[in-house]
Amino acid sequence: MKVLVTVKRVIDFNVKIRVKSDNTGVETANVKMSMNPFDEIAVEEGVRLREAGTVTELIAVSMGPPACQETIRTALAMGCDRGILVESEVDLQPLAVAKLLGVLVERESPDLVILGKQAIDDDSNQTGQMLAALLGWPQGTFASKLVLADGAAVVTREIDGGLETLSLKLPAVITTDLRLNTPRYASLPNIMKAKKKAIDVLSPDELGVDVTPRLTTLKVEQPSKRQAGVMVGSVAELVDKLRNEAKVI
Amino acid sequence: MGILVVAEHDNDALKPATLNTVAAGGELGEVSVLVAGAECRAVAEAAARVAGVAKVLLADAEIYAHPLAESLAPLVAGLASAYSHLLAPAATFGKNLMPRVAALLDVAQISDVIGIEGADTFVRPIYAGNALATVRSADAIKVITVRGTAFDPVAPDGGNAAIEDIPAAEAPGLSRFVGHELTKSERPELTSARVVISGGRGMQSGEKFALLEEIADKLGGAVGASRAAVDAGFVPNDYQVGQTGKVVAPDLYVAVGISGAIQHLAGMKDSKVIVAINKDEDAPIFQIADYGLVADLFKALPELSAELDKQR
Repeated sequence: MKVLVTVKRVIDFNVKIRVKSDNTGVETANVKMSMNPFDEIAVEEGVRLREAGTVTELIAVSMGPPACQETIRTALAMGCDRGILVESEVDLQPLAVAKLLGVLVERESPDLVILGKQAIDDDSNQTGQMLAALLGWPQGTFASKLVLADGAAVVTREIDGGLETLSLKLPAVITTDLRLNTPRYASLPNIMKAKKKAIDVLSPDELGVDVTPRLTTLKVEQPSKRQAGVMVGSVAELVDKLRNEAKVI
Repeated sequence: MGILVVAEHDNDALKPATLNTVAAGGELGEVSVLVAGAECRAVAEAAARVAGVAKVLLADAEIYAHPLAESLAPLVAGLASAYSHLLAPAATFGKNLMPRVAALLDVAQISDVIGIEGADTFVRPIYAGNALATVRSADAIKVITVRGTAFDPVAPDGGNAAIEDIPAAEAPGLSRFVGHELTKSERPELTSARVVISGGRGMQSGEKFALLEEIADKLGGAVGASRAAVDAGFVPNDYQVGQTGKVVAPDLYVAVGISGAIQHLAGMKDSKVIVAINKDEDAPIFQIADYGLVADLFKALPELSAELDKQR
C-alpha cells in the first residue's frame, strides 16, 4: 500500500506572532519555522503503518517556497521514503493546495492520503475535505484512531459530542487530530540518512493547476487586548465580586 | 439570491449554534434553513419557528440519519445555485462538511467567520486568534462556517416559515456510520452555556473533576478542560476548550489549575468575565483574568462550593 502525507511549513507553535505594522500580514522574517504540528501527527501515523508493514511506500508532500524542502527533510528523517515539493511563491490557499494534491494523487495512485486537520497559521481546516471532494473519496476528518482492514479505513473521529466511528472505502483521505499519536523526534542517524533521500520539485504549471488566490486579504490586525483584572485574596472575596461587582452569579 | 443555513441537529432538536448561524445569515439577506436528516420533521418544525427564518427545506431520508459529509455535500452543493451564501456553524459538523461543499462548487471556503463587513468581506481569526484577517472573496457563492460566539443567537420562536420537502441526493456509498460514544450530561452544552468551569493539568486526575462538576451544577454551568487535561486522560476530548477544541464565550469562565497556554486562551478569551484559580502566581492565565486567586485548588474549590450555598 502506498500513502501520501502532507507537511506544511509554518511559524513554530512556540513563537508569539507579531502583526506587521502596515497590517498586511504577520511578521515572518527571522522567525523560527517548523512543521505544522498536526502534520507531524500525519507523518507519524504514516511511518507507523510503514513500520507495521501495511505500507510499502510513504511520500511526503509540501507546497510553497524553496525553504519547504527543510520541512520535507524533517518528514524524511521521521521515516518517509521520498518527497515532493510543489514550489510556488504564490499564497497557496486550501482549494489550490487540494487541486495540486489531486493531480499528485492521480500520478502516484496512493491508497490513503493523511493530512493534518488544520495548519496553525491560517487555521482553515479545509484542505483534506476539499481533496476528498475533488477525488470523490471518503473523508475521515479529525481522526483519533485509524485501523486499516479489508479495503476499508475504520476511523474514530473527535466530534463535538464525543467520538464517532466511520468505515471508509479505500482509497480515502484522513485528517489528524491531536490524540491520534505522539510524533517521534528524528534521530541523528535518520537525519543524516534523510539527506540522501530524493525530493522531486514541481511547479503548479507543470501540474496544470491555476493557483490564483480566491480570497484577498485586505488587512490583518491585532485583536483588542484584554486588560488584566484584579487579584483577590480569598474565595469569599471572589464570590462577593462575582455577585456584586461583575453580577454574573 | 438568499442565504442558506445548514442546520446542525441530532434528528430530534436543533443544536443551539444553528441560531447563531441564522443570526449571521440575517446580516447578509433572507435566510432559508436546510434540515437534512432521518425522521427529523420535528427539527424542521422547530427551524420554521426560529425568528427570521423565511423558509425551511427538509430532506428527510435514511441516508442522512448520520451527518456523513460524503452524503450531505452533494445535497448542499446541488441547492447552491439558488443562493449567494451557504453557512453552517463552525463546529465539527460544519468544519467537516462545508469545505467538501466548497470544493464541489469550485469556490473557496471561509472558516470561522466572526464578523461580516459586506456581502463578500469577512473577518476571521488566524494564528489561534492572535491576529484577525479581513478577507474578500472573489467567488460567486460564498461558503462560510460561522463562529457562534461572535453572533448573538436569534430567538428560537416567533417565526412561521413554510416547510418544503426536497428529495435526497444520490448516496455515494463511500462511508458508513459504525458507532459513536457520546458524552451524556444533564449540564448545558459547553458552547452555549452561560457559565463554564474548566480544569487543567492541575486537577491531577479525572476523579477530581467532580469538584468542578459540583460547582458547575450550583451555577447551572458546563464543565470544560484544557488540552493538557484531555491529553492526560482526565476527561474525554469533547471537554477541550481551545484553538483546536471548542470556542466558548460564556458570561463567566472559571479556569482552575490551567496555566493559560496560547491555544487554550484562543478558545475562551472572549468570555465576558474570566476567573483564574491557580497556585502559580506567574501563570499567564492571570494576565487575561478579570479576577485572579492564587490558591491550592483542592482547598479553594470546596470553599467556593460552600460559599455559593450561602445566602446573598
